[in-house]
Parts: sequence; C-alpha cells; structure tokens
Amino acid sequence: MRYIDAQAIEDIAAGAAVLGTGGGGDPYIGKMMALQAIEKYGPIPLMTVDELDDDALVVPSSMIGAPTVMVEKIPAEGMVTQALEFIEQALGKKVAVTMPIEVGGVNSIIPLVVAAEKGIPVLDADAMGRAFPEAQMVTFYLDGLAPAPTAMTDERGNGIVMYPVDGVMSERFARSVTIQMGGSAAMCDYPLSGKQVKQSAIPGTLTLAQEIGALLRTARSQETSPVRMLLDKLGGFELFTGKTVDISRRTDSGFTKGQATFDGIDHDRGRQMILGFQNEHLVALENGQPLATTPDLLAVLDKETGMPITTEGLKYGARVSIVAFPCHAKWRTAKGIETVGPRYFGYDFDYVPVEQLVAKRGEKA
Amino acid sequence: MSYRIGIDVGGTNTDAVLLDEQLQVVHEVKSPTTADVSSGIYEALRRVVAESGVNPQHVRYAMLGTTHCTNAIVERKRLNRVGTIRIGKPATTAVRPMMGWPEDLRAAVGENWHMVSGGYEYDGRTIVPLDEEEIRSACRSMKGDVETIAISGVFSPANADQEKRVAHIVREELGESISISVSHEIGSIGLLERENATILNAALIQTAKMVAEGFREALGKNGIEHAGIFFGQNDGTLMSLVYAIRYPILTIACGPTNSIRGAAHLSGRKDGLVVDVGGTTTDIGVLINGFPRQSSLAVDIGGIRTNFRMPDILSVAIGGGTIVRRSGEEIKLGPDSVGYQLRNRALIVGGDTMTATDVAVVMGRLNWPGAKVAGIDRAFCQQVDAQLVAAVEDAIDRMKTSPTPVPVILVGGGSVLLPDQMKGVSEVIRPKHFGAANAIGAALGQVSGQIEKIYALDEQTREAALADAKAGAIREAIAAGADPQSLEIVHMEDIPLAYLPGNALLIRVKAAGLLQA
Repeated sequence: MRYIDAQAIEDIAAGAAVLGTGGGGDPYIGKMMALQAIEKYGPIPLMTVDELDDDALVVPSSMIGAPTVMVEKIPAEGMVTQALEFIEQALGKKVAVTMPIEVGGVNSIIPLVVAAEKGIPVLDADAMGRAFPEAQMVTFYLDGLAPAPTAMTDERGNGIVMYPVDGVMSERFARSVTIQMGGSAAMCDYPLSGKQVKQSAIPGTLTLAQEIGALLRTARSQETSPVRMLLDKLGGFELFTGKTVDISRRTDSGFTKGQATFDGIDHDRGRQMILGFQNEHLVALENGQPLATTPDLLAVLDKETGMPITTEGLKYGARVSIVAFPCHAKWRTAKGIETVGPRYFGYDFDYVPVEQLVAKRGEKA
Repeated sequence: MSYRIGIDVGGTNTDAVLLDEQLQVVHEVKSPTTADVSSGIYEALRRVVAESGVNPQHVRYAMLGTTHCTNAIVERKRLNRVGTIRIGKPATTAVRPMMGWPEDLRAAVGENWHMVSGGYEYDGRTIVPLDEEEIRSACRSMKGDVETIAISGVFSPANADQEKRVAHIVREELGESISISVSHEIGSIGLLERENATILNAALIQTAKMVAEGFREALGKNGIEHAGIFFGQNDGTLMSLVYAIRYPILTIACGPTNSIRGAAHLSGRKDGLVVDVGGTTTDIGVLINGFPRQSSLAVDIGGIRTNFRMPDILSVAIGGGTIVRRSGEEIKLGPDSVGYQLRNRALIVGGDTMTATDVAVVMGRLNWPGAKVAGIDRAFCQQVDAQLVAAVEDAIDRMKTSPTPVPVILVGGGSVLLPDQMKGVSEVIRPKHFGAANAIGAALGQVSGQIEKIYALDEQTREAALADAKAGAIREAIAAGADPQSLEIVHMEDIPLAYLPGNALLIRVKAAGLLQA
C-alpha cells in the first residue's frame, strides 16, 4: 500500500490522457476534484492487486455522459460515493475497495475522489487498460461477470439501482438514465469479490498512468525525445510522423465519429495516414490497409513534447507522432475482439496485433 | 473634418496614430512605453496631436489598447477584493471556487466565496430553483469585506435568468453602486474557467476605472474634450468606456489582435495570415472575415485557467533584434534579442552582436544608410537567412487550415526581414504604415456582440436555433454601441456535443458593426 498525493494526481491525470487514446474526457476536472478531496481528507491509499482479500467487496466508480456537460455541471461532493453506497445497501455489505473501470481520461481519477471521501483504498487496476466508449467494453464482461446491481446518482441525490442481465443491457439503461439526469451522472457497476477482480482486472494501471505522467513531466530536460521514452516505456511502435491536413467529425447516436488525415513529414515524407475515431482513436490506415487497430492503443502525441492530443483537440497543422501500444492480452481473445475489434465499430477488416502488422511491413520494406 | 486617435501600448513602444474620416493615416508616432504606462500614453498623445497640427477639438473618437489589466494580474497589484457567488448547489461542490489558484493571487483578491442553490441543465431546464434567503445571507456575511462581486452559475450561457436574479438581490443587499460581474457575459461553457475569468474581471474593476479616468484626463489635457472613448478588446473589436469598466478582462491580450485588425484595414483584405514581426518575436495570427481566429484552448492568465475569448496566436522567437550565433555547423537564432539596443549593438552600426537586422541588410532587403557591412560574412548570412525564413514558413504552415497557399500580410517594424516570396504563401502584402498596424487596429471602429449557447435539436430545427443565436449576438452588439444598420454576422459555428443523444448543438455567433454615429 502506498499513498497518492497532489503530485501523483497531476501525473496520473497526464498519463491517463495518453491511455485515453484520444477520448475519455479531459482529466482536468477530475484532477481538481481529487485535489480538493486530498486537501480535505489527506492522501489516498493505493492498494495493489496482491494486497486484495479474496472475499473483499470491490466496486468500481465512474462518471458517465458528455464531458462537455461535466465541465459545466461539476459533480457534487459525495455524489459518486453515494452511488457506491446504494450498492452497499442493495447487497447489504460494506465496500472494501473501489477502483477505476477505465484508466483512460477523467474516469481514472474519479475513484480517487470516492476513496478519499469514503476512507477506503483505491485498487491499482482497471477493467480496460485504456478507455473505450461503451459500458460493456470491460474485461469483466469478457469474463462473463455480472454488472448487477448497478447504481447511478445525480447531484440532487436521485439514485437508481438496476439489475441488467449483462453489460450490453447495462450500457443501454445507463445511457437513457444519463440523459434524464442532465447528460452527466455517476455510475457504479460490477460489484465483485476480490477473487473475481484478481482474475479479471488489468493490474497496475494507475501506477502505469502515474509513471507515464511523471515521464512526460520530466522528459523535457532529457536527451532522448519524450515520444521515444514513452515508446520504450510501453513497448510501443511509432507508426507515423506527420501533420494534420484534414479532420472531419460528426455526431452519431451520441458519439463523435470521424477521421483525421495526416501527411508524412521528416522520414515519413510522401506517405499519408488516416486515423478513424469514435470518441477514442480506433484505427490507423495507410492506403486502406491497417497499421494498427482497436483494441490496441492508438495515441496522437505532440511530436516535440510527447503530450497527448484528444480527438477534440486535434487541429490542422499539428505536428504529431502517431504511436500504437499493444493492448492487454484479454482483448486479444475471440470475445475481446468481438466486443471491441474493428468489425464491432463497422470496419471491414480483422484485428491483427500491432506487433505483427509492424513486423510484416518491416519484411516488405 | 473629424479624426480618430488610436493608441497601442506595447512592451517596448507606445504607438499613436491619427486617422481621418476615411480611416486614412494622417500621422503616426512611436514613443517609449513607461513603467507607469499612463505617462507614456500622455506623451504619445501629445506628440501625435502637436506634430499633426490637427485641431484637437476635431478628434471625435479616441481608442486605447493597453496592457494595464494584464500587468495588474501578473503583478498582483491594485486588485479589488472580490466576493464570489456560485449558483450551483447541490451540483459543483466537488470543486470549490478559486481551487488551484496561486496563493499570492488568492490573497490579493481575498477568499470570499459562497456556493448557493441553483443552476440549469445543458438545455436550460432548472436543476433546482434559487433560495433567496440563502443568497441574502451570503451577501450579509461578505458585507464590508468585499469591494466587487462575481456571480457564476451552472449553464448560465444556456440560461442567464438565475445570474440576473442573483445580481438583483446583491444590489438590494449591498447597494445599487456595487460593481457586479456575471459569468454569462464573460466566458463560455466550462464553469471553472468561466468563473475564474469572472472573478478576475471583478478584481480588475478599480484598475479599469483608473485607466479610463487617466485616459480621459490625458485626452483633456491635450485639448481633446468631446471624443468618444473606447478600449480595444482581445477579439479585435472595441468597447465603450462604460463597457470597459464593466468588462476589463476583455482587454487582456488586445495587442496582437490590434495588429491583425490594423493589417486587415491597411491591406484591404478580409482573409489571410498576418505576420507581425517585432523586435523580439514574430506573432502570426489568422484573419477570417476581417477578424482574428479565436483560440479553442483554455488560456492561462497569471497562473489561472480561463476560457475567455483570445486570438489564436503563434509566436516564434524571431525579430529585428534577434541575436544570431554560430555553434559548430549549426546556426542558433535567438531566442534572445538586443531589443531597443539594436542601434548600438548591431554589426551594421559598429557593434559586436550579429542580429537578424544585420542579415537583412547584407541580403539587400533593408536599406540602412551608412551600414557597415564590409566585415560581415556574406555566405554565412545567406545560411542564416534561409534558416530564418524556413522557421517563419514553418510557423505560417502551422497556422493554416488547409494546404492551399494563402496571402500573407506583413506588418511590424521587423517585417523587412522577410522576403517577397515564401513557401505556402500565394502573395506577400506589405501595406503602407505597416509599422503602426497595431495602433491603427486599435483605432478601427467596429464593435461586436457574441453569443454561445447549447440548443436541443429535438425541440427545434437547427435553423430556428441559429436564428435565435444570431438575434442574441445582434442584441449584444447593439448594447456594446454598434449602429444597428451596419451590423452583420461575422462568425457562426455549430458543434455537435459528444456522448449526448438528442442532438445537442453548441452554437457560437458573433455580430459586428460600425460605431454608432
């Protein structure tokens, strides 16, 4: 067990933006919430998966809805914690540990706020190892774990406890309730035993986010470029160095979908790459052929600073490095690919792991 | 005959220009910026009036673009003690007002804030109604400790009624004369950033009054007694003196904006890139339909995150005084500059420092009478020149929105460094009076109004929503002093909001027009 202080929160927020693969919402507001919580309740205990009791009740905590609403209608103090307590009431059992459902974007930080308010540890693990747009896109769903009971709350104290039969129904219900709650709500789902979490969650991801953040913070004073340091850290691949020449976005059933086009610069001069997204970056294509696809992580980084750029923040002329990191092995199973592979998002090709795609191009070249 | 005077206070110089009715330049002067700012303004005014020989009684308008407010925030000086009321409970309590502010600024402004019940959903529905007794008791508890009031409310850009009602109650409790800043008039979506800008605005009221009084007095002493007085805003339009005292935060960063507007006027162009080369930096802005493109990112002022309107400017460390160094095979340009010491330190005047201006003279771009070019390595200058131009070309490319070559308007005293042909540039325009583009921009008489609001398209058509937003922007512009006959919509954009079904649409509209006669 170690403790999360203000500097650690800053670093987790920066690292979560990289793991957010372009989506997940700006961690800024979460960071401010966590800083206030620390000011009030002191540093937050972070528990490793090894330290978790098999019969402990673990409940992930998160926000769901539009980031644009959340930055305006900021959550109430205690609001996410209340959702957690509705689960306690439904199960008649105390929650021992909370955890992030996703380590990308603002939801990486929300459990820190809950942990501080509730006086419980936060688990150094999540159920995505990145960010994804829909509620069933979690390792818990892949492992057939039940999301019920799930609880949602808003700032006024409205609460709903639901018993969806699976993650897909949970996503549908949650999306409708979110609208009625004003476009942004708190959600706790997948109450699990410590044993289940150990088997299904992706361990060490908050620490990973923190290390990425610390790396970006200190990288400027180093000899090696921040992008290179990040690739080494995450075992990633630089797919392309280029500048943004076109961006098209549209809203479709509540998501921002679209694509960005990049022209190669430096050693990639003459090449062109297209990046497709639905809130998060999904596929990187060259001449219609995938260079990397979901569920592997795709990040657009500022070429000089290594700072991540979101799908909303991407502008014409930005000099970027497009990088890919292998996703957790759980996403590479048949059910993982069916849930979050390129075909789920409407692309007409199969998932091939990024390291294989890179090796194949290496042979040709 | 009637005239207008424009003044721009920069880091090095205070520029003043006198324009006639056709907005043609009659006279321009450069005078050093002084530490107190005001005496520099007085001196520039005095000279432009005296040297032009124009009867000061015929000056009809006087416009000032100044750094007073920026300095007050950065130096934490002359700030008002602000009482903040946030209408948001039970939402928003997870992040209190002034969270994350630097300690010294918090101390200067005072930490008097209250969160009271209220707020709206994104579509303007009420979350909870106001509790008037709660607001009155907040006012009473702050009485005597605060000089001005800042009011912010959840989704006030979508529905401003609660902020207006709270302002009314504050006046009843703290007196009609208390100055109140309301967030829906200052910033856009993003409660913390908008609230921060509103608190800063409230903190600047006394500085704004002092500047306004000082400017009026300086004009009076120079015999200009009947002029309408205006201040430059950071979006390239003007606001009246009354408006400037209410919204001083909008004067922040008006300098680069003034240059862009001045460049537009001098060149007669409405679209293109403006490259303003000064002594230390080159500022590149984008001119769209006669106005600077706005930045879409959160802007940090004095250590605080805000989201008020700012021009999208890219600065590179290249100016007339930029120091050139050779380090092995490499050439290093700046980032430091000899600044106003160019006339003593440059090689062409017998000094010991190679500057970008020396290179321009050797390359034949700039005629410098009596320049000492004999000992300067010409081949090296060619290399430096190529690198300098490439750096500016690269910066130009970053600011473009498409690969199509664009016209570039070159202004500022250092613009002689750049050639007539550049990569990605369709034509280079060098307008007359390019050195005073900033002060000319300050003098130009357009005033604007802006609106930003989220509409739910389930309840109305996109056309109806756009029409409503346009009407709102026009109302704002008229309130700011625009002639209703001359108003046009200069900017309109709509952005679909992510993660929300029901077709929520964020619409931004800006209307601008000529000053009311």
